[in-house]
Amino acid sequence: MSTVASPEYRALAARLSAVAPEPGDVLRAQGRRAARQRMWLIFFLGLAMGGVALSLFWGPDGFDGPRVLASFHGDNAVASAMIWSMRLPRLAIGALAGMGLALSGCVAQAVLRNPLASPFTLGISSGGAFGAALAMILWPWSAPAIPAMAIIFSLLTSLTALGVTRLRNATTETLVLAGVAVMFLFSALTSYIQYTAPQMELQRIVFWTFGSLAKAGWGDIAVAAAMILIPAPWVVLRSWDLNLILCGDETAQSLGVSVSRLKVLGIVAMSVMSAGAICFCGVIGFIGLVAPHMARLAVGNDHRILLPASAALGVALVILADLAGRILYAPLVIPVGIMTSFVGVPFFFWLIIRDSRRRW
Amino acid sequence: MSLAVQGLCFSRPSGRILSDVGFDLEPGQVLAVAGPNGVGKTTLIRLLMGLLPPCAGHVNLRGKEIPHYSRSALARLVAYVPQGMTGIFPMKVFDLVLLGRRPHLAWRPSRRDLERTAQALFQLGIEGLAERDAQRLSGGQLQKVLIARALAQDTPFLFLDEPTTSLDLRHQLEVMELLRGLARDKGAGVLASLHDVNMARRFADKVLLLDQGRTYGFGSPDEILNETSLREVYGVEVARLSGCGLTGFLPLRASV
Repeated sequence: MSTVASPEYRALAARLSAVAPEPGDVLRAQGRRAARQRMWLIFFLGLAMGGVALSLFWGPDGFDGPRVLASFHGDNAVASAMIWSMRLPRLAIGALAGMGLALSGCVAQAVLRNPLASPFTLGISSGGAFGAALAMILWPWSAPAIPAMAIIFSLLTSLTALGVTRLRNATTETLVLAGVAVMFLFSALTSYIQYTAPQMELQRIVFWTFGSLAKAGWGDIAVAAAMILIPAPWVVLRSWDLNLILCGDETAQSLGVSVSRLKVLGIVAMSVMSAGAICFCGVIGFIGLVAPHMARLAVGNDHRILLPASAALGVALVILADLAGRILYAPLVIPVGIMTSFVGVPFFFWLIIRDSRRRW
Repeated sequence: MSLAVQGLCFSRPSGRILSDVGFDLEPGQVLAVAGPNGVGKTTLIRLLMGLLPPCAGHVNLRGKEIPHYSRSALARLVAYVPQGMTGIFPMKVFDLVLLGRRPHLAWRPSRRDLERTAQALFQLGIEGLAERDAQRLSGGQLQKVLIARALAQDTPFLFLDEPTTSLDLRHQLEVMELLRGLARDKGAGVLASLHDVNMARRFADKVLLLDQGRTYGFGSPDEILNETSLREVYGVEVARLSGCGLTGFLPLRASV
C-alpha cells in the first residue's frame, strides 16, 4: 500500500482497485474456496453415514428400521442375532474396505504421480487376493496366514509398480499396462489354484474373486481394522508431503520432504491398507480409483481434505453398492465387487478419455 | 554466513558434467551463473540443493556441509526455483504458492502464512491468477508462480534455474529487479543461472562463467563478461554497446 496521497493518485488507485484485486480479495477468494471444500467434505461424511444407516435398516424384506432398533434393546433374540452376526459385520467390513481402498488409491496416485493408479488398476488387489488364496490352500488351518500372505503379495506388486515408475520414459500408461499384465498373471495363478483346489477351499476362493462382504466375522473385522486404521492416521499426517510430491520429486525435496522415504513408506501403507481391504472380502474393484477422483472434483487436491473426503466417499460407495446388490434381485445377493465394477468401468474410461484429450 | 563451493565435480555414466567448480556467495549478493546450453548450470544448482550427490568437492552453507543438513532444515535456508513443473492434478495458483510456506507450518496455515502467500503473489504481480489452475498457465506465468513460491518460503538464500527464460522483456526486468531488491533490502543471497549475459552484467554482483563443465572465470561482471570471454565460451563475436550509463553486448555472428 503506497503512502502517496495526492488526489490524482487516490483517484487512480480507486479506479485500479475496482479491477485489480487487493490482498484481502485474494485471501477472501481462498477462504470462500476452503469453505466450499469443507461443505463438500461434510456432504461426503453425511453420505457415508446415510449409507450406513440405510444399509443397516434394509433387510431381505425391505425397510425394517423398527425391528433393527428393537434388536438393539435385546427385545428380540432372533432379530438381535441376525443384526449382530450378519448385518453389522457386513457393514463394518464394507466401511473398512471402502475406506482402505479409497485411501490407498489416493496415496498410490500421489506417490506414483499417476492419476490412473489405484490398488485395482495396478494389480495390487489381484496380487493380494492371490496371496490370500495361496494361504488358504497351503495353511488352511492358520488364521494369520491369510492377511500375512495378502500383505506380502500386495507389497510385491506395489514395489513392482514403483520400480516401473523409475524406468526411463515410463508414461502414465506404462504403469497401467504393467498393472494389467500383473493382474492377468495373478488371475491366472488364482485360477490355477482354483483348478487344483479341493472342493471345500474352492468355494472359499471363488468367492474371493468376486468380492463380497458376506463372509467376514468379527475376528476378521478386527484384523482388517488393524490393517486399515493403523496406517490411515500416518497417511493423513503426511498430507503436506503428499501435496508437495504432486509438484515433482525435486520440488518436494527442496521444500523439506525426504522423498524416497516418503515413497517407500507410502507404498507400504498403501499395500497394507489394500491388503486389509481385500483380505476378508476379496477383490472390490475401482473404489480406489473412483472415490479419490470424485473427491478431487469436489474438494480439490489438498490431501488434508482430500484424504478424509475420499475415505468417506469410499465408505459410501461400497456400502451403497452392496445395498444395491442386495436390493436389485432380492432375495438374490449380487457380490459387491460386481456392483462396483458396473460403476467403476465407465468411470475409468472417462478418466482415460479426459486425460488423453488434455494432452492434445 | 555464506555459501562456499570448492572443487565440485559431477559425473554421469556418459561422462564428466562438472569438474572443479568453485565460487562463493555472500548475503546481499546476486550471483549469475552463465554458460552455453548443456554446460551444467542446472546440474550445478541441483548439486547445491543436495538433489544430486557430487563425486568430489564441498558445498558449504553457513559453515555446514549441505549433506549434513536435514531436508527440512535446508528448506528453511534455501529456496529453489526449478525451470518448470509438470503437475499431474489441477492445483490453484494460491495453493501452489502456499506450498512455499510448508517448511514453516505444521498442519493448518496461519493467517500470517496466508498473508505471506498473498504478498508473494503481489510481489510478482500475479495476484489476478490466484484462483486459476496452475496447469493452465503460460510458461511465463508459471515461472512467476514458481518464483512467488520461493519468495513465500522466506529463506536467506535463493537458487533459481533460469528464472527469466520464458518471460518477456518487461517481466524479465521486473523479476531481475525483484531479485536485486531482495539481495539489497533483505540481505538475501541470490544465485541465478542466466542465459542473457546483458542481464547478468547489469544485475549481478558476481558472475560465474562455465565452459565445458569447468569454471572459465569467477568475478565481477566487468572482469568476466567481455568480448574475449564471450568469443571463447559462447563462440560468438560481439559488439560492445554503451548508452544510458549501461554497457551491453550485441551478438554479431558465430565465430569460426
